[in-house]
Amino acid sequence: AEVEETLKRIQAHKGVMATMVINAEGIPVRTTLDNSTTVQYAGLLHQLTVKARSTVRDLDPQNDLTFLRIRSKKHEIMIAPDKEYLLIVIQNPCE
Amino acid sequence: MEIIYVYTRKRSEFGRPCSFSDRPATVNVDIPPDPSMASNFVLRNPVDSSVQHTSDISAHEVNTERVEVESRGVNHVEGGWPKDINPQEMEQTIRFRKKVEKDENYINTIMHLGTLMEHCVKQNNAINIYEEYFGEEDTAEVEDEPPSAKTINVISKLTSFFDVLLSKRDPNVTKRTATHLSWHPDTCRKLAVAYSSLEFQQNTKDMSFDSYIWDLENSNKPELVLKPSSPLVSLEYNPKDSHVLVGGCYNGQMAYWDTRKGGLPVEVSTVELSHRDPVYGAIWLQSKTGTECFSASTDGQVLWWDIRKLSEPTESLVLDITRKGLLENALGAISLEFEPTMPTKFMVGTEQGIIIACNRKAKTPPEKITSTYSSHIGPVYALARNPFYPKVFLSVGDWTARIWSEETKESPIMWTKCHLSYLTDGCWSTVRPSVFFTTRSDGTLDVWDFLFKQNNPSLSLKVCNEPLSSLRLQDNGCIIGCGSKLGTVTLLEISSGLCTLQRNEKTLATAMFERETKREKILEARHREMRLKERARSEGQGTEVEETLLEDPQEVLDRARREFFEVIEAEMQRRTRAEARGLLSKVPGMAWTCTCSRDPPLPRGRGQGSVSAFQVKDHMADEVAMQEEESQLPKDKEEEEEEEKG
Repeated sequence: AEVEETLKRIQAHKGVMATMVINAEGIPVRTTLDNSTTVQYAGLLHQLTVKARSTVRDLDPQNDLTFLRIRSKKHEIMIAPDKEYLLIVIQNPCE
Repeated sequence: MEIIYVYTRKRSEFGRPCSFSDRPATVNVDIPPDPSMASNFVLRNPVDSSVQHTSDISAHEVNTERVEVESRGVNHVEGGWPKDINPQEMEQTIRFRKKVEKDENYINTIMHLGTLMEHCVKQNNAINIYEEYFGEEDTAEVEDEPPSAKTINVISKLTSFFDVLLSKRDPNVTKRTATHLSWHPDTCRKLAVAYSSLEFQQNTKDMSFDSYIWDLENSNKPELVLKPSSPLVSLEYNPKDSHVLVGGCYNGQMAYWDTRKGGLPVEVSTVELSHRDPVYGAIWLQSKTGTECFSASTDGQVLWWDIRKLSEPTESLVLDITRKGLLENALGAISLEFEPTMPTKFMVGTEQGIIIACNRKAKTPPEKITSTYSSHIGPVYALARNPFYPKVFLSVGDWTARIWSEETKESPIMWTKCHLSYLTDGCWSTVRPSVFFTTRSDGTLDVWDFLFKQNNPSLSLKVCNEPLSSLRLQDNGCIIGCGSKLGTVTLLEISSGLCTLQRNEKTLATAMFERETKREKILEARHREMRLKERARSEGQGTEVEETLLEDPQEVLDRARREFFEVIEAEMQRRTRAEARGLLSKVPGMAWTCTCSRDPPLPRGRGQGSVSAFQVKDHMADEVAMQEEESQLPKDKEEEEEEEKG
């Protein structure tokens, strides 16, 4: 219930195009996009997150990845990683 | 103890051929063992001796075959579901999802991540941290760096790749010259290169006919292989439709390709109506349909084609400068030039070194050839109009590159010095009006900036060891591709100083071209006047000759004898005068006026004016000789000379 509320709140912010929750195996648990796109995002971003995390840890073993932002020409992809799940939000920043 | 065997030969027998003969072995020396000598030696046991054992090692070099890497994308299809759940079934997946959502861990995680995410989302909405902060800084510094160029890519034909594909061929694939380069009109990331062997009758059986389109990102393997029926000598992208290319073949045919349809030509022209020699120039024309092109070849013809119907040319022109349209007199064309801004005019560079300017819209075929420029001693390998000043064009051939203006037909307005090797190709820069590039047959690429330095190229780069055969500049003016005789295409990026327009460059270049054109015009006018005078004088003598022809032989003989003696007398007088002149003064001008004062003043038959005075000043030696032989001298010239000296 709170989960629903949180996700709805995030989705309601200005510029947010899509929200997704992905589990550690790449299965989309919760998504606002269609399935094929979600699956594509899931596979690619999961690998990227793992790579980013391992990079951060390699550079400093005490460190850990907290947030990942990919800014592209069209929009910004924000990934909040966790041990088991990934929260992905695609936003179009207002410029 | 020495063992000696003596071999003797008579001195008189030295040098005689040896005659060998066989004989059984004979013992020359026999030394039996002598036990008594054993007492000189003492037996020793044990004996120290060292032994070394190493394993046999050999050094060996191995070069692995080049790894072929290809980029492929994989699309992620649904996966990761636990074994018992079928991803296609909606119910199962929904059930699984609901189960996950009930998990406590899930709820905590999402709450935590949610707050984190909200923070960032709000951040994004509040301010854009990536905006342009320093956009107004003016970038108007003068480029002080020396001109340079950097090789960005070298595309060479892969031999091993084709071994794998065409296993029947010779392992050494014969290298062919890259004869023509054409950049893709829109993206400029693709380059079409025509390969053929231009040596006469050097085509070996295993030489492939293919030409390639390369993508700059992937220089190991061509993006598309074009397979004509005969090697392509020239190849051009259609500027209007970037999928269509036209190519001129070695056997004179024309073919056109559509890259969407693969490597075989869509249509090929018929052999009977095509050229009879390799097609050296093929260029697209500006037309509403965008399907017209024209081609030139060394058989002396220029043919116009519509690619929708390549079975016969739409129009043809024979390059006969006597304007009779005879194919026997025609000159072979080696380069073709067309500027889209002047759609009816085009220029052809011939093997004989003459550039022919033609007008397509003339009414009768002889009128199509508007003018000729006799430019080089050898074939004119390249012709290019300056993109900023269409009246000025560059011609490259023999050992120099010359810049011409359309108005002066006798000589170029500017030219480079003679190099040590042939110049093979040239083109103007598309961004700077006074910069052009040339390639030489010793593998050097020269960049000339005529506003900056005229006697030497601004930048001279040794690209490769074999001759460079073709050159093409990309439309943005920064990247240049050159093809070599062995088929290697090198791409160079030139420094920004050479490809950005300088501040006053346009005005300076205009001024330079106008100045040179004016100078040439003046020279031309003067030459014309001199020639007219020569002609007038020779005509005057000609009328005398005609009159004397009416005399009978005896009188002719007498007159001849008389003239002979007169000439001898004149010669002797001249000699005495020359001696006197040497004694009189050292300034030849002054001496000349002094000597001339002795001659009787004669009627002024010549044209007067300052021009002739200049002539006289310039060609003084000739004039003096001529004067004294003919003894004609208007008096006022004398006075003018004295005025000028004084």
